[in-house]
Amino acid sequence: MLRFSLRNLLARKLRLALSGFAIVLGVAFVAGSFIFTDALGGAFSGIIKGTTADTEVLPQGGGDFTSAGEDARTIPESVEADLAALPEVAAANGYDQVLGVFVIGADGELVGGNGPPGLAFNYTETQAITGEPITTLVAGELPDGASEVAIDEGTVEEAGYEVGDQVELVTPGAEPVMTATLSGTIAFGSEGGLVGATLTIFEDQAIQDLFFNRRDVYTGISLNAAEGVSQEELAAAAQEVLPAGVEARTGDDFAAENEDAVGEVLGFINIFLLVFAAVAVVVGTFLIVNTFSILVAQRSRELALLRALGASRRQVNRAVLAEALVVALIASTLGLGVGYLLALGLRVLFATFGLDLGGASLTLEPRTIAVSYAVGVVVTLVAAYLPARRAARIAPVAAMRDDVALPESSLRRRLLVGVLLGLAGVAAMVGGFAGSGGIGLTFIGLGMLAILLGVALVAPVLGRPVVAGLGVGYRRVFGSVGVLATENARRNPRRTAATASALMIGLTLVGLMSILGASASASTDEAIDKTLTAQLVISNVIQTPFSTAIAEEARKIEGVESVAQFRQAFPDIDGSQAFVGAADPEQLAQALNIPSAGGLGALPDDAVLATTAQAEGKGLSVGDRVEMDFPVGTQSFTLVGTYPPSGAIPADWLITTDALQAAGIKPADSLVYISLADGADRDAIRADIEGLTDDLPTVTLKDPAEFAEEQKAQINQFLGIVYALLGLAIVIAVLGIVNTLALSIIERTREVGLLRAIGMQRRQLRRMIRLESVAIALLGAVLGIVMGVVFGVVLQRAIADQGLDVLSIPWAQLVLFVVVAAVVGVLAALLPARRASRLDVLKAIGAE
Amino acid sequence: MTQTATATGTAASDRAPAASARNLTKVYGGGQTEVRALDGISVDFAAREFTAVMGPSGSGKSTLMHCLAALDSVTSGDITVGETPLNGLSDKALTALRRDRIGFVFQSFNLVPTLTAHENIVLPLAIAGRQPDQDWYDTVVQAVGLADRLGHKPTELSGGQQQRVACARALMSRPAIVFADEPTGNLDSAATAEVLGFLRRTVDEFDQTVVMVTHDPIAAAYTDRVVFLADGRVVGEMRRPTSDAVLEKMKELSAREVAGTAAER
Repeated sequence: MLRFSLRNLLARKLRLALSGFAIVLGVAFVAGSFIFTDALGGAFSGIIKGTTADTEVLPQGGGDFTSAGEDARTIPESVEADLAALPEVAAANGYDQVLGVFVIGADGELVGGNGPPGLAFNYTETQAITGEPITTLVAGELPDGASEVAIDEGTVEEAGYEVGDQVELVTPGAEPVMTATLSGTIAFGSEGGLVGATLTIFEDQAIQDLFFNRRDVYTGISLNAAEGVSQEELAAAAQEVLPAGVEARTGDDFAAENEDAVGEVLGFINIFLLVFAAVAVVVGTFLIVNTFSILVAQRSRELALLRALGASRRQVNRAVLAEALVVALIASTLGLGVGYLLALGLRVLFATFGLDLGGASLTLEPRTIAVSYAVGVVVTLVAAYLPARRAARIAPVAAMRDDVALPESSLRRRLLVGVLLGLAGVAAMVGGFAGSGGIGLTFIGLGMLAILLGVALVAPVLGRPVVAGLGVGYRRVFGSVGVLATENARRNPRRTAATASALMIGLTLVGLMSILGASASASTDEAIDKTLTAQLVISNVIQTPFSTAIAEEARKIEGVESVAQFRQAFPDIDGSQAFVGAADPEQLAQALNIPSAGGLGALPDDAVLATTAQAEGKGLSVGDRVEMDFPVGTQSFTLVGTYPPSGAIPADWLITTDALQAAGIKPADSLVYISLADGADRDAIRADIEGLTDDLPTVTLKDPAEFAEEQKAQINQFLGIVYALLGLAIVIAVLGIVNTLALSIIERTREVGLLRAIGMQRRQLRRMIRLESVAIALLGAVLGIVMGVVFGVVLQRAIADQGLDVLSIPWAQLVLFVVVAAVVGVLAALLPARRASRLDVLKAIGAE
Repeated sequence: MTQTATATGTAASDRAPAASARNLTKVYGGGQTEVRALDGISVDFAAREFTAVMGPSGSGKSTLMHCLAALDSVTSGDITVGETPLNGLSDKALTALRRDRIGFVFQSFNLVPTLTAHENIVLPLAIAGRQPDQDWYDTVVQAVGLADRLGHKPTELSGGQQQRVACARALMSRPAIVFADEPTGNLDSAATAEVLGFLRRTVDEFDQTVVMVTHDPIAAAYTDRVVFLADGRVVGEMRRPTSDAVLEKMKELSAREVAGTAAER
């Protein structure tokens, strides 16, 4: 029987290719996700290992990859000499690390800065645990004196500078913009490059003068072990001579901890990508079921002949499954290859968001291969099982009949299951609303899934009025060709519905996301409109804190009544990273009108405010203690009130500036709100303040409307990524339409011949197929968008208290999606239509 | 090329031909495997006549009809349908010719399964974007005796009924000529009689021209004239055929073929 299966596959190479397509793409998505995140992990791991020495000496609890740069604590320079004197130490190199130093290119544009950090430190001769120096001079000289810097090769190239040029830098120090001479270029130790980060090297004294108030201090000291000294021995020996509050940690330990911290973030990215991969796989499953159903239907007489010749049901079943297995194996292999290409695509996509992998190599881990084959084979076999079972049910006598119809379970049963699933989904949703927090949302999510599957099941029935409605239009506009197209779309409702369902799933998600995105934008608008009383806002488009000097200068401008400085930090609360904002309460109360229970103006230094969603999520009520793990140690606050989440305060928790400083976080502003005195000349003041931020390409002054636009740009950017990823699921769905059309045309070869024989022009034939394709696409689009709207509204209502309190439905956009779907239908029909119109009339009529 | 046709339509009929072929050759393959399906055929089909084309398997009768019906191309020679020479016409023009000037009835699978009988009958006109002539439509539907089955889909009709719908469709555009390729090959005797009776009537009462390929002497007996083919050539012709006479002639042709084959050895 296996040989029979293989023969069959070879005899139908085209059908094989078509049925394999969906699997290839689904597997490719899964493989691509893994390959990409592995590469990302590899690059970060390279950076971490490439910058870690045998032992790292740091302020206690500091040096965490995620809090680096926020930590204001330092180590006295004298410690370096104490360490260097130890016999276990081969070299002790004190360094000062600063974040937020960016290079302004020759064209005046900032290099990088859309996510990855702008690193700066002084040059050291430290050997990393990889055995390589952390940095190597490539060209020119090391910086000498305060007016020289060296910059990493990649950044120099992108910025368009040459050694000896004057370069402009944005810094978080007292001087927001500085000019220096590029003394040389350096290479970063690790293979993966800097993952989009930029690196500026200062001279020792210069970095201390610029960023550490001329104090002789280091943010950390790297130790290289003497011959034969282990990391543990080195760390233990170093700890002996360290002052209180400073600790020595082995390089391996330190690297592992940072890798874990990065791994957590990368895990999110992987899960995020895999969610879309799952969507693609589900869409693919629909197509595999459909393809195998069609293939089995077309071969039913042949299968009946097998049964008549004595093959058992089981053998027929196995024959079909064996075919599926071979297709799955071939397609999974191809899928791995395509996945590699996809990872390259993801690299480009993420690079536009700043996560630039540069030259990091993409590797194919054994785990990726295993998962890809598992997904490909399991999904295909599961999908092929139903058609295989149906094939086995063909009666042997069917071989003798002229027209063979497969035994099909009636639509009624399917309808019943679909309706029950839908009702269960609605019930789950209703229950979800009654429940609270994460559990409620889980129920709502499950409800959506159930409804989606239910609708997919009843789509053959739901589709009838849609196709019939289209048919009326088709008949009127396209005459008999339109009638034929409509009838073809109706001829096999299951097939049409299954094909449309694949597209429906994609468009449901697109519709859902568009509503959430529009609602988020509208909510941001409203929140800013309602809460922001300041007339001007200074912010950094790259979300990096900027020098406090700007706020200080702004305060001096005549006509400025008050200036509120808003800062951010990311300590852990309950073991997970929290987004904490800090401000002077009195200043902030003048800039924002926040209806906070407990009052903002009287916020003491040991108190915290939380968004209602955070307080609810953590089960906190007013009076409870909140512990935050800052690098200096755990700080305890009393929850004194809550505020609604809004775009005006971009943080989940709020403490005072003094409390933040006490927690050891460097003073740097992320937002500055400016309120003007009554009758002040707004335009003049605006011009004055713009004079302050002029030199900083990323720090800009906005009025509330522009500030809202900036916030919404982030929402749209995120939507862009989501659309791009959903786009792949839609590509699979489109291939599904191509597939179904192509297989249908093979099935209707004689009919095509007949139509041509009695005088249908090639052009008309192509139009007929195109119209059928558009009908399928529109069916999927209409069902998908309707569900997307319903789900979007439901989800918006469910998370209204998390800052998404305004519902906005982007009708124009939704209509556009439907139009695009119709265009997609036209494109999907191109190849099948071409093929059909080129059929030889006589051969087609004579075809079996 | 040798002129081997022993009988042409013009000799037997004084009416202008609805379709004519001159020196048609159709060669498949080349070299050793070359097959001459048509080997210099010249034949005319008179208007308002019912003609049968007969011959043993491989005699070229189906190829001849496919070429005449603009479904297949010839290697050399000229074909005229109505007043239109087929030479050099584009696929588009040939398609339009099939649609407007030629009717076609196949052995099986003649109807579009998704359309009703009525829709199938008017399909060529609908494709051309024309309204059917209501009187003519009524006349034809009346003649095929399907007035009460027009709303049915093909699967709801018997084989004979389907074939009569196909005949009605072939006539709807008032074609210059109707070609029928073994139209009764899949039918029982009663249905065969219905279909052939209808084709006879279209010639007698509606002044249509029908050319039918068949291997059935009984079917041939319904026609005015039988043209016999063998080895891609016209080898004989019979007017007012009877089934017995046709059967005799066919036996003779088969025997000759067997003898020819034996002689080659």
